[in-house]
Amino acid sequence: MPETLVFYLLAGLAIGASALVIGQRNPMYSVMLLIASFGALAGLYIQLEAPFVAVAQIIIYAGAIMVLFLFVVMLLNAPQEDAAEWDRLHPLRQPGIARFGAMLGLLLVVQLAWALIRAAEIGAPVGSRSDAAAVSSVREVGRVLFTDYMFAFEATSILILVAMVGAVVLARREDAGEAEGEER
Amino acid sequence: MIPLSDYLIVSAILFAIGTAGVFLRRNLITILLSVEIMLNAVNLTFVAFGRYLGSVDGQIIVFFVMTVAAAEAAVGLAIVIALFRHRESLNPEAFTALKW
Amino acid sequence: MDLRFLIQLGIIGLTFFMLINASALLVYAERKVMGFMQQRYGPYLVGPHGLLQPLADILKLLMKEELRPRGADRWLFTLAPILSVTAAFAAFAAVPWGAETTLFGLLDEPVKLGVADINVGVLVVFAITSMGVYGIVLAGWSSNSKYSLLGGLRSSAQMISYELSYATALAAVILLAGSLSLRETVDAQAGYWFGVIPRWYVFLQPLGFIIYMIAGVAETNRAPFDFPEAEQELVAGYNTEYSSVRFALFPQAEYINMTTMAAVATDLYLGGWHGPFLPPEYGWIWFLVKVGAILFAYIWVRWTVPRYRYDQLMRFGWKWLFPASVVNLIVTAALVLALNA
Repeated sequence: MPETLVFYLLAGLAIGASALVIGQRNPMYSVMLLIASFGALAGLYIQLEAPFVAVAQIIIYAGAIMVLFLFVVMLLNAPQEDAAEWDRLHPLRQPGIARFGAMLGLLLVVQLAWALIRAAEIGAPVGSRSDAAAVSSVREVGRVLFTDYMFAFEATSILILVAMVGAVVLARREDAGEAEGEER
Repeated sequence: MIPLSDYLIVSAILFAIGTAGVFLRRNLITILLSVEIMLNAVNLTFVAFGRYLGSVDGQIIVFFVMTVAAAEAAVGLAIVIALFRHRESLNPEAFTALKW
Repeated sequence: MDLRFLIQLGIIGLTFFMLINASALLVYAERKVMGFMQQRYGPYLVGPHGLLQPLADILKLLMKEELRPRGADRWLFTLAPILSVTAAFAAFAAVPWGAETTLFGLLDEPVKLGVADINVGVLVVFAITSMGVYGIVLAGWSSNSKYSLLGGLRSSAQMISYELSYATALAAVILLAGSLSLRETVDAQAGYWFGVIPRWYVFLQPLGFIIYMIAGVAETNRAPFDFPEAEQELVAGYNTEYSSVRFALFPQAEYINMTTMAAVATDLYLGGWHGPFLPPEYGWIWFLVKVGAILFAYIWVRWTVPRYRYDQLMRFGWKWLFPASVVNLIVTAALVLALNA
C-alpha cells in the first residue's frame, strides 16, 4: 500500500507543519514551516491527479506569496512575540471573552464533525466514481477556465489590479522628504 | 485507494488549525499566515471533491482562491508595513484605536 | 528488477554525476576564460593545464573549519545551503537531454534520456527554480549579519521581479509548441525550413530568447546582476558568514542552476538534441554542445559587462524587460491564433 503510506506521510507533514506554524513564536520559522506544509499539500494534489494545481501551488504559494511574507519579515526584522506581553494583552485572558471563544471553538468542532459524519457517501474511495484522465488534463482545465469561467477569470484580473494599486499606495511613505530624515 | 473522507478530515484539521491561529497568535504576520492555512484547507476540499466527481471545476476554483490569496497577501502585508511604521509593533492590540 | 528499471536508474545516476561534474568544470572554465580575457593564464599549476584545480579547491574547502557566527539561527543557517543545492539538483530532474534510444538495440522498447518525463515539465522546472530563492534569503537572514541580510533582501526582490519576465518568455514558447512537456517541445523543433534553416524556436522567438537569457542571468544571480553578493558593496552578500562545506554548496548550487538554465534554453529555443550530421542516437552530443555554448556566453557576459546599480536593475526589470516580454507574448498569441485559424 505505498499509495496510502504516501498519503499519510504527506497529510501528517501538512498537519504537523501547520500546527507548528501557529505553535511557536518566531515568524521566520512560521513562514518556513508553512512552505513545508504547502509542499506536502502539493504532493496531495498530485495524488489527486491534479498536477497542474500542484505545480501552481508551488509556483504561486510557495514561490511568490511566501517570498513576499519572508521579505516583509526580514524587512521589518519582525520581533518575536513576547510571552509576557502576550499574557498581559491577549483578549482571551479576560474570562468572558475566553468563555465565548471556547463556545465558538466547540461550535466549529461540532460543525466540522457533523459535516463529516452526515454524508455516508464520502467513505468511498476518492477515485471510485471517475477515471484519472477526466481531471488530470491541463488542456481541459484551460478550456473550462477560459470558456465557462470567463467572467470570473476577468473579474479576478481586475481584483489583482486593484490589489496591486492598493498595495503600492499603502506601502508608500506618505511624505518621502520627511521620511528621509527620521528613518532607520 | 484512499477514501474521500480522509482528504476531508485532513482539510478539516487544517482549517481548525488556521482558525485557532487567527485567534491565538498575537502577531499580524502569523495571523495572515493562519488565513493562508485556512484557504489551503478549502483548496484541498475542492480538489478532492473535483477528483471524486470527475470534474475540473474544483481545480479552477482553486486558481481563483490562489489569486484571491495573492491579492490578500499583497494588501495585507502592505497594511502590516504601514502599521509597523507607526507603532513599531506587530501586536494587533497596539492598533485598537481607529486613528492617531 | 528488470533491465529497463536498472537502465533508468543508471540514467538518473549519470545525470546526477554529470551535474556535479558540470559545476566543477564550470569553476575551471570560468577561471580559465576569465584569465584569457584578462590576458593571464588562469589556473595552470594543478594537473595538466590546471585541470585538477576544481578538485584542489574542493579539498581546500573540505579541510577548512566550519564556523557559525554567534547569534546566527542554528537551524536555518544549516538549512539554507542544503535547500539551495537541493533545489538546484531537483530542477534538472524534469529536463530531458536526449532523444529516445534503445541503447544500440539493447532494449526492446526505447528509453527516454532524462530523469523524469513529466507532462507539465516546463512548469515543474520553473516551480523548483523558484524555490531556489529560499536558500539565499534564509542564508541572508540566519547569518545575523547586516551584509548578509542586505544580500538576502536584494536577492528576494530581484528574483521575484525577474521571474515574471522569465515566465512570460516561457509562456510564448509554450504557445508555439502547444504543450507543457519539454520533450514534446523539443520534438516540435525537429526538421528544417526550406531545407536549410533548423526549425528552432529561437528563430521564431528572438526577443523571447533574449529576454529568457537576461532573466536567466538575473535568476542565477550572475554578473552583471550579482547584487546578492556584490563584493564591493556587501563583502560577499548572503554567503559572507559561511565557510567550509556549507560555503561550497552555494557556488555549486549557482553553477548547477546555470546548467539547468542553459539546458532549458537549449530544449525550448535551440532544438534540444536535434541537429545536422549526427544520427538521433547521438543527439545528446548536440545537446552538450549547445549547453556548452550558452554556458560560455554566460561566463563571457560576466567578465565583460560591469555590474549595474540596484535601482537600474529594478527599473530595467520592471520598465523594459517585463513590458517587452508581455508584448512578445501578445504578438505570439495573436500570430498563433491567426495562422492556425
